[in-house]
Amino acid sequence: MKIIVCMKQVPDPEAPPSAIKVDTEAKRVIMPQGTPPVINPFDGNALEAALMIKDAQGAKITVISVGRNLSKAVLRKSLATGADELILLEDDAFEKLDSYATAHILATAIRETGEYDLILCGRQAADTDAGQVGSGIAEILKIPGITAACKVELSNGKVRVERVVSDGYEVVEAPTPALVTASSEIGELRYPSMKEVMAAQKIPITVRSGQELGVDVSRLKRLNLVRLSPPPGRKTECQFIGGETPEEAGANLALKVREAQLL
Amino acid sequence: MAEYKGVMTYCEITEGKLPSISNELLGCGRRLADDLGQELCTVLVGSDIGSLAQEAIAFGADRVYVVDDPLLKEYQTDSYVSVMEKVVRQVMPQILILGQTSVGRDLAPMLAFRLDTTATLDCVDLAIDPDTKLLLHIKPVYGGNAHATFTCDSYPQIATVRVKVMSPLEPNASQRGEVITIDAGLDPSAIRTRLLKRVKEEEGGVRLEDAQIVVSGGRGIGSAEGFKQLQELAAMVKGAVGATRPPCDNDWVAYNLQVGLTGKIVNPDLYIAIALSGSSQHLSGCAHSKSIIAINKDPKANIFNQADFGVVGDWKKVLPAFRDKLKELLSE
Repeated sequence: MKIIVCMKQVPDPEAPPSAIKVDTEAKRVIMPQGTPPVINPFDGNALEAALMIKDAQGAKITVISVGRNLSKAVLRKSLATGADELILLEDDAFEKLDSYATAHILATAIRETGEYDLILCGRQAADTDAGQVGSGIAEILKIPGITAACKVELSNGKVRVERVVSDGYEVVEAPTPALVTASSEIGELRYPSMKEVMAAQKIPITVRSGQELGVDVSRLKRLNLVRLSPPPGRKTECQFIGGETPEEAGANLALKVREAQLL
Repeated sequence: MAEYKGVMTYCEITEGKLPSISNELLGCGRRLADDLGQELCTVLVGSDIGSLAQEAIAFGADRVYVVDDPLLKEYQTDSYVSVMEKVVRQVMPQILILGQTSVGRDLAPMLAFRLDTTATLDCVDLAIDPDTKLLLHIKPVYGGNAHATFTCDSYPQIATVRVKVMSPLEPNASQRGEVITIDAGLDPSAIRTRLLKRVKEEEGGVRLEDAQIVVSGGRGIGSAEGFKQLQELAAMVKGAVGATRPPCDNDWVAYNLQVGLTGKIVNPDLYIAIALSGSSQHLSGCAHSKSIIAINKDPKANIFNQADFGVVGDWKKVLPAFRDKLKELLSE
């Protein structure tokens, strides 16, 4: 059983929102100082789904990441948690890739790795929130694509997936090889032990450039970022309701809410 | 790209009816089509759906394409992508917009790549650039901490639009339009993924998306037991209970109560936020509420930046007193 997991590193999405600034000139977001890069949480869910399959029936897991200046320390965590191989597609030209380019580069690299049973991706990245690389890879490789999985099972040449929909869930099945995107309901990526972290340091990482892959990024761009601006805020000033005790404050809030005819 | 013309919306159908998002898209599409001086068409895909065409026309469509086939009774990725691919290749619209719903977020990216273009998901605004006539896709990024405006270099320009951010037009029943049937022409070998089962997990009471009052709790509620108090308040004011992600992750409430970027988008008259900090991901799902009140023990919690009224304090003490006083006031 061979599973490929696509992984993106993102600035920690848990950074306090009030400290995040937007540089409109440079069209980029400035994260608060010291915000560490982390594995995109949804890609962490994807790897966790792969690890659960590996736990149950054994599998070789290859993690692939694409970008510029990738942090080996961050991505190596995938090896520490149980992935077998890490491939970094790294190139100066791989900065600020749109989903179209990212999907094409990843698909090229996946083709190179030979046969596989399953590709897992996060349903979206926590920075761009674009939500289409997984579907794109499935289309490019002409394999079935299933999105927003909360449970993934692999057996007898089939993948069986429970996928989240707004009023419940669906159970779908597709022949492998197939691609599945993971939702947070799968569960967070497990924590590696210190011993596993140390052992992962010894696993060699494969690095491939755009030229080695034979991809020309300039032909793969579809989206242009025209403008980046701070989000339009709600024009409200919070009126704080107090009281001698928390109970009194609660009662005062009820009075206020009635007075303002909100209820 | 000159041969691409007009604006197309994908008209989602839920249980034989047009949900609000379908009419919202027609309203938005009408505006874009008028700005371009072009026509607005829409696509209905399903089984036994012909009667909905006139409704789509009343809500603003000049032309309706109907793909009616028993095999299309339920949304399934492969069949719907191949049907939409066929429709788009035949009609060749410049712009295609879908809803950011369970269906839209699955269908749009797959269809875009099939057509060798790209989609922009979860747009909160769309406009036509007056100079280039290109579609400006405006969407939140970084969990809602910035808004990006994109243009797309390839046709059709595809976007999904967040629910409840666009307004439908007043329906005009005497509006005339053209209805064109397109044969589904499904190739069974192209249907690889099969739907085995669909399970509904509706909570009793008011549906979260439709509720005029939402009582939401966060990590600070601490337990499933704690959420019972929120349910009591919700029942009292005929509202629905919502939650941020941690309570769902911890199994205190079901996942379908999650409000936020990857959960549900609500826009009630009143949003009562209890013991939740107000992460951007969560606010993406509730920031359009008319009024927000917040109870949180941390005076610096981000939710207070969004709230109209707030109490700083332990919800376990504040909430029962709030509820009791409210009960008294409401019975007067």
